[in-house]
Amino acid sequence: MAKKQYAFYPGCSSQKKASADNFLRSIDKVCEKLDVQLNEIPDWNCCGASIGYGEGGELPRLVLSARNLALAEQNMPGQDMVSVCPACWLASRETAERMHESQSLLAEANEALKEAGLNLKGEVKARHFVEVLIEDLGWDAMKAPVVKPLEGLKVAGYVGCQTNRPFGIAGESFENPKYLDKMVETMGAEPLTRYEQKVTCCGGALAFSEPEKAQKQIRDIVESAYDHGADMIVTPCQLCQANVEIYQSEINKKQGTKLNLPVVYYSQLMTVAYGGSAKEAGLDGQLIKAEKLEGIASK
Amino acid sequence: MSDMNTQAVARYRNNFLKEVEERVEDGHWVRMCMQCGVCAGSCPLGPHWEHSPQKIFMMIRAGKREEVLTSDAMWMCTSCYNCIVRCPRKLPITHIMHGLAHYSHRLGLAPKGQPTREIAKLFWDSLVKTGRVNELKFSLAMYFKDGFGQGIKNAMAMQGVGLGLVKAGRLNPMEILGGHACKDKGGIQKMIAKAQEIENRKKGLTA
Amino acid sequence: MADNKFAAYICSGCGIGDVLDVKAMEKIATKEGKMQVVRSHPFLCNEEGVQLIRDDIEKEGVTHVCIAACSRRAKAEAFYFPTVALSRANLREGVIWVVAEGSDHDEVRQEMAEDYVCMGCAEVKKMKLPAGNPNRAENKRILVVGGGMSGMTAALEIAETGYEAVLVEKTAALGGMAAKLLKRVPFNGAYAEAQPTGAAELAARVSAHPKIKVHLSSTVAETAGAPGRFQVKIAQESGNVAEEAVGAIVQATGFTPYDLAKLPELGGGQANVVDQAGLEALAMAANGGAIKRADGKEVKSVVFVQCAGQRGSGGNGSGQHLEYCSGHCCGTSIKQAMYFKDANPEVDTVVMYQDLRVPGMGEDFYRSAQNKGVIFTKAKVDGVTGGDTCQVRMKDLILDEEATVDADLVVLATGQVPNAGVNLDQWTEVVTAAEGGSEEAKVQKIELQKGSVLNLSYRQGPDMPQFKYGFADSHFICFPYETRRTAIYAAGPVRRPMDMFQAIEDATGAALKAIQAVENAAAGRAAHPRAWDLSFPQARLEGCTQCKRCTVECPFGAIDEDERRFPLFNESRCRRCGTCMGACPVRVISFENYSVDTVGSQVKAVNVPDEFEEKPRILILACENDAYPALDMAGIQRITYSAFVRAIPVRCLGSVNTIWITDALNSGYDGVMMMGCKKGDDYQCHFVKGSELAHYRMSKIGDTLKQLGLETERVVTHEVAITDNARVAQMINDYVAQINEIGLSPMKGFG
Repeated sequence: MAKKQYAFYPGCSSQKKASADNFLRSIDKVCEKLDVQLNEIPDWNCCGASIGYGEGGELPRLVLSARNLALAEQNMPGQDMVSVCPACWLASRETAERMHESQSLLAEANEALKEAGLNLKGEVKARHFVEVLIEDLGWDAMKAPVVKPLEGLKVAGYVGCQTNRPFGIAGESFENPKYLDKMVETMGAEPLTRYEQKVTCCGGALAFSEPEKAQKQIRDIVESAYDHGADMIVTPCQLCQANVEIYQSEINKKQGTKLNLPVVYYSQLMTVAYGGSAKEAGLDGQLIKAEKLEGIASK
Repeated sequence: MSDMNTQAVARYRNNFLKEVEERVEDGHWVRMCMQCGVCAGSCPLGPHWEHSPQKIFMMIRAGKREEVLTSDAMWMCTSCYNCIVRCPRKLPITHIMHGLAHYSHRLGLAPKGQPTREIAKLFWDSLVKTGRVNELKFSLAMYFKDGFGQGIKNAMAMQGVGLGLVKAGRLNPMEILGGHACKDKGGIQKMIAKAQEIENRKKGLTA
Repeated sequence: MADNKFAAYICSGCGIGDVLDVKAMEKIATKEGKMQVVRSHPFLCNEEGVQLIRDDIEKEGVTHVCIAACSRRAKAEAFYFPTVALSRANLREGVIWVVAEGSDHDEVRQEMAEDYVCMGCAEVKKMKLPAGNPNRAENKRILVVGGGMSGMTAALEIAETGYEAVLVEKTAALGGMAAKLLKRVPFNGAYAEAQPTGAAELAARVSAHPKIKVHLSSTVAETAGAPGRFQVKIAQESGNVAEEAVGAIVQATGFTPYDLAKLPELGGGQANVVDQAGLEALAMAANGGAIKRADGKEVKSVVFVQCAGQRGSGGNGSGQHLEYCSGHCCGTSIKQAMYFKDANPEVDTVVMYQDLRVPGMGEDFYRSAQNKGVIFTKAKVDGVTGGDTCQVRMKDLILDEEATVDADLVVLATGQVPNAGVNLDQWTEVVTAAEGGSEEAKVQKIELQKGSVLNLSYRQGPDMPQFKYGFADSHFICFPYETRRTAIYAAGPVRRPMDMFQAIEDATGAALKAIQAVENAAAGRAAHPRAWDLSFPQARLEGCTQCKRCTVECPFGAIDEDERRFPLFNESRCRRCGTCMGACPVRVISFENYSVDTVGSQVKAVNVPDEFEEKPRILILACENDAYPALDMAGIQRITYSAFVRAIPVRCLGSVNTIWITDALNSGYDGVMMMGCKKGDDYQCHFVKGSELAHYRMSKIGDTLKQLGLETERVVTHEVAITDNARVAQMINDYVAQINEIGLSPMKGFG
């Protein structure tokens, strides 16, 4: 089977030595096993993320994503643009759809893009890496490379917000998406399907500006996973991963709790199940060590 | 007539609604709210804001310009999009709240020192400078937004986390010297400036 | 008359033969049932089985048939033998499907089945083949009272179906309220824009239709007779009286807007405060242009106040004015707000509502108005002052604050008041007083009569009974067009508050019901809900004590009194519920196929074991409309209940004569369960009052029980809905447990 090719938009947090550096390592391994090639878009820029609206107006924000789309169109013609970050995906997809729907908006965006020497036709699709896995490859293909089923691992699938809303994965419900549990199951682990905080907000960017409010959210997310007997939380989102993992020690300090639950990416589970090492899975990047998963990796 | 009544006379007229429709992102949707309150019940920060989206939309329709534009409610948005997917009238509530936040910020009416407003500005500035967001610089700037002394305190408080991230290879202390950036920084800056110019023209705003 | 010949047929199909001893049942049917022909068949409802019965009827002269198979509600087409009296013993839904499985239960199951066979045989022996109403009448013309949207629609539907309609309209023109509207809310399409009412076109069609005769400027002066033979006097403006003979009547007399003058707290009666009808008049005058007030000033700002004087709000929270929601007003205000926005989008248009109720596709219409810039505010309006600048004092319920809003014009959405004629409760009171000699009451009676719509010459009063809040009678929950006056149907806002779309639908429904009624009357059959029924009540007048219970309790006013004060049955008005039969203390009223004897003999046919056997027997008298189907459904779902019960279907709980209960208790039954439909304001009783009357009668049975030395718990009355299959089984089991606790009846062995 020919390698599947995609224009890849990694996003700021997946850069080298950035907060999701380890995520990208595991994504690389998964792609290698599944025969997927991600071609990084040259000179991509930030999507504006969810907090850009304060200072950046509507069109300035849209053109940020329009530039990435234009670069993908120009450099990787015919390839879908793929993101691993929900915020990047959300901004790119919203822009791509709006540009596709409105000629006048596209004209305005192109007037601005011209300043950066670019032009957008508005044909490229913005997709999430999870969509590639589920829609382009399918469950059987995802299962095929499994050599070390993650037996005995109890995993709380924490989907969070932006992978799930407002677009979400086709066919999934906003209130109870099931694909993440299915991925956990496909890797041989046990999904905790009744985990209530599956789509609860972790506070997002407000973890910085409103730490107390965000940490209340995070505490609920972690404690509920404990209640269901989770060994770890798995998530598809960089900001979710960072917030839920990083602030556990803070919450312990302030509220006297003893939270210490690993938070990993789905691609890290996959890498280990596919026979990758702890390092290849980026497990050395965990603040809270995912010992059980490391144990399986070293077997 | 007392002041209260003078104010009341202008109430429930279309003026402010029209302003919002013309100048706020997705503002034309405000008239379509049917006041069910699902958004208010769906917001993770529900217990913390002064006005729910439902109330903000009603205030706009009741002509309460000042109260809307000085509210901190819009700045409590975590961008979780729960309100959007649940709204039975399909109002893009998250976008409207972002739009209102931006508009009140542009007019200088948004609450001073509102922490999310501050980080939003820092984030954008960081982005415009290099085309990408530099997490360390952004974080440091965040800690020091309230002045040097508070900044040291903030940074010290999160020191353990920072060191942990450095050790885990997820925060690069060398970024302070430069770090990630787009090659075509200049082009990006010119592009953003142009987009802002178009938007100002369209919405009748002065830069 | 040929000799009677009785036959019983026992089916062993559907598993009956697997768990029951069919041979034993045959023996019982012969010996105890005294049937002259007894046969069993493995598949009685198939062609061969049915032919077997048919042959016996045709060749053997069988006149009475008892079929012991499935429920009477199943296989009715197969077991249709119109020339013989027919009873059904329910062995399938009533026995094998509800008695617990296993050999432990073989004995009680067989006892139950044999009892049902005996009961079926006993019943059929007391039945006669009904001959049909002897007073059938063939007039198939239909009178429509009211020439508004509902009336015109009803007349046209009747005429287009091929029947003749006579339409009486009080005013000089057809069209009613609809003719006074600029536009109506949309019924179809995108539901986004107001549409032309179509009233003028409809009026033209009605006027020109060869099968419709229109009386304008006319009222109904008298309605006498019965279904199929009403004689109607029509008073014309000229003073002349025309006479029309009709078979059925549709009353579509509509509504009057609630009197604005009664709402001074909301500015009623003050300048520039109008109701929705007033706004229509202004809009008609503007005809699509800018709407101007009475003083000629163009309206630049308008406030609509919803629920004005409605829903108990009264505008000042006093609970006065109308208690109910008129249903159409939200849609109407949305439409009227659009009049302003369509003419000039700059007009500030605010709708103040407490709950915006836009049923059906009204939601899209609401959305369209929002799209046009109408502002909707959830608010409680505390007061309105009219004048050059009107002021609306309100509390915004979302913002939780009070404000005063100025407007050039205020529109009050007031409610619909039905034009339903005379309130019969009031009428009865005045008539009783007048008959008692009160001169004042005599004057009052004449005044009341002037407000009558139909001027019925029925002993129950000049109009149909009124429902809650003065709306014309309607079997609100189950059969909306049915009233308690057979062949007289209510349609449109006279029946309940509604909008034009609903009124049109209502009128169509009522027209079809009226057609059914004239056809049934002509065929000598009952009207809904026993529309196939050819039986009719017969009274043995020599035994009658003239107690009047039957005339008073008949829910349909079917029974008058003759000159000797004996009950006079109007068979065509009768619905065959048997409430008169249940009411009669001397048991002189019966139907050919349903009588004190047909049920009483079944009660006695049950073999009641003596007290040492410790097997209680409980009689269930179940309404055939809801409770009996619920019991059947329990069987279909294989929900088990005690095998100690014996269920007999009755036409209505109102038909239950207390003799059945005393007979049962005297012969050693341990308890009696009565199961009927829901009673009260939201009744589901198919005969309106039957269930309520039964409950009332049973509340008085305590004394009888005490005289017999029995506990009051031995007779219980339940409300059962058709969906209560699981509940009804539980109810039975609980009652059997309760009876076991009380102990078996001390009456056993004396019966």
